[in-house]
Amino acid sequence: MALKGNLRDFSTTQLLNLIHLARKTGALTIQVPSGVTSLFFREGKLVYAATSGQDGHLTSMLARAGRLTEEQARGIRQHAADRSDKELAMLLISAGYLSQRDIVDSVRRDILETVYGLFAWSDGLFHFEPNRLPSEDVITVSIDLENIILEGSRRMKEWERLKDELPDLNMALKFTDRPQTQLRNINLTVDEWRVISYINPRNSIKQIAQRIGMDEFQIRKLVYGLLQVGLVEIVEPEGLPPKQPPVTEMVSRSPAAKRSVIHKLINRIKRL
Amino acid sequence: MQTVKMVITGPFNAGKTEFIRSVSEIEVVSTERKITDTSSRIKKETTVAMDFGRITVDNDLVLYLFGTPGQKRFDFMWEILSEGMLGFIVLVDSTRPETFREARQILDVFRTYADTPYVVAANKQDLADAWPVEDLRIALKIHPGVKVLPCVATDKESVKKVLLELLYSILETVPE
Ligand SMILES: Nc1nc2c(ncn2[C@@H]2O[C@H](COP(=O)(O)OP(=O)(O)OP(=O)(O)O)[C@@H](O)[C@H]2O)c(=O)[nH]1
Ligand SMILES: [Mg+2]
Repeated sequence: MALKGNLRDFSTTQLLNLIHLARKTGALTIQVPSGVTSLFFREGKLVYAATSGQDGHLTSMLARAGRLTEEQARGIRQHAADRSDKELAMLLISAGYLSQRDIVDSVRRDILETVYGLFAWSDGLFHFEPNRLPSEDVITVSIDLENIILEGSRRMKEWERLKDELPDLNMALKFTDRPQTQLRNINLTVDEWRVISYINPRNSIKQIAQRIGMDEFQIRKLVYGLLQVGLVEIVEPEGLPPKQPPVTEMVSRSPAAKRSVIHKLINRIKRL
Repeated sequence: MQTVKMVITGPFNAGKTEFIRSVSEIEVVSTERKITDTSSRIKKETTVAMDFGRITVDNDLVLYLFGTPGQKRFDFMWEILSEGMLGFIVLVDSTRPETFREARQILDVFRTYADTPYVVAANKQDLADAWPVEDLRIALKIHPGVKVLPCVATDKESVKKVLLELLYSILETVPE
């Protein structure tokens, strides 16, 4: 069974959300015009990223993070060409060049840059290979996906997709009953907090936007992020007159008669 | 004589006609047409107004299965078909993520027609490219209380299982 498709239909943000909620382990490979990127996850957390456009050697990461100069990086690469990233890291730490913290932060920063780079693309093939992890030699980290998902939504530029994902601003929002995400784990912007403070099935999304002076694009984008990260869900606004149930033969019957009809159907279908 | 009905809905090419065909005792009365527009690259025939299948229970009770037309321009038929339904099934082609968003929208529309139980059937699970059922649940944002079931519409046993699960869900809503 395969998880594959095109970002046109299922965006990077949605993919990350799926991996987060299903706590997946494996590699997500995305092919965009800038190159092929592989993101690796363990139990729903991002552990590593590699992209064809960029040298993933530890020394290059450290140089990009400003921890080594280009020259130092090149020198170390020449002297320790056969060392794995992990071995190299041990050497750098024991030689007192860098702390473990410096190294982990640099790797983390590089991985985040790679993921954020993906948000620029709305078209590209992807597939997910369960249980594929990066090679033992590289240094992995463990990054929660919630903040990345929110950041991805903040960077979204496609008006059309937002309209598709959130067709009706007259709907209201409520907090999900069993949130997979806890508010305290995520970094929200001031605007996001403002919207959150108005979340209530009585307030339509449109009313919230008016209340805090946001335009349609801003509110859609923001609500999209909250939806993606699983904090809120869309509900019918309260206070509308209840819909009349359609009057049919079934509805007008007594519960006992209804149950008997359903039991008959069940028995019949079992015998098909 | 009492008739009850269930509606089988879902995007274009999800397998609705096939689903009904697998269990109907009559040749499915399908108002299929040759496709003339760009969708014809995907398939040759599509349902235009509706599919119509029947399962007779006894002399007093008949179950009708209605399949909605897949193409958007026929969605004026949906509300008519859904009137008085016992429940509905949203079929999704698990191999085509480009249809998931539409499947979700169809689901939302049907929920506004009637507050009846429904299940989601992740169809074409026999194909290698099918998304796993639990991933589809997340992709389509299906509520935890709603069943998402694996389905192979061409396999009668699989279709029976989906129909039964919907009936069990319906049963739960009727007080003892
Ligand atoms: N492998 C496989 N193919 C299926 C399955 N269900 C349907 N198909 C095929 O998918 C195609 C579409 O099936 P239909 O039953 O015509 O789909 P539909 O939803 O009625 O389509 P429209 O009426 O055009 O919206 C046909 O070629 C079917 O044979 C399945 O479970 N597995
Ligand atoms: Mg059809």
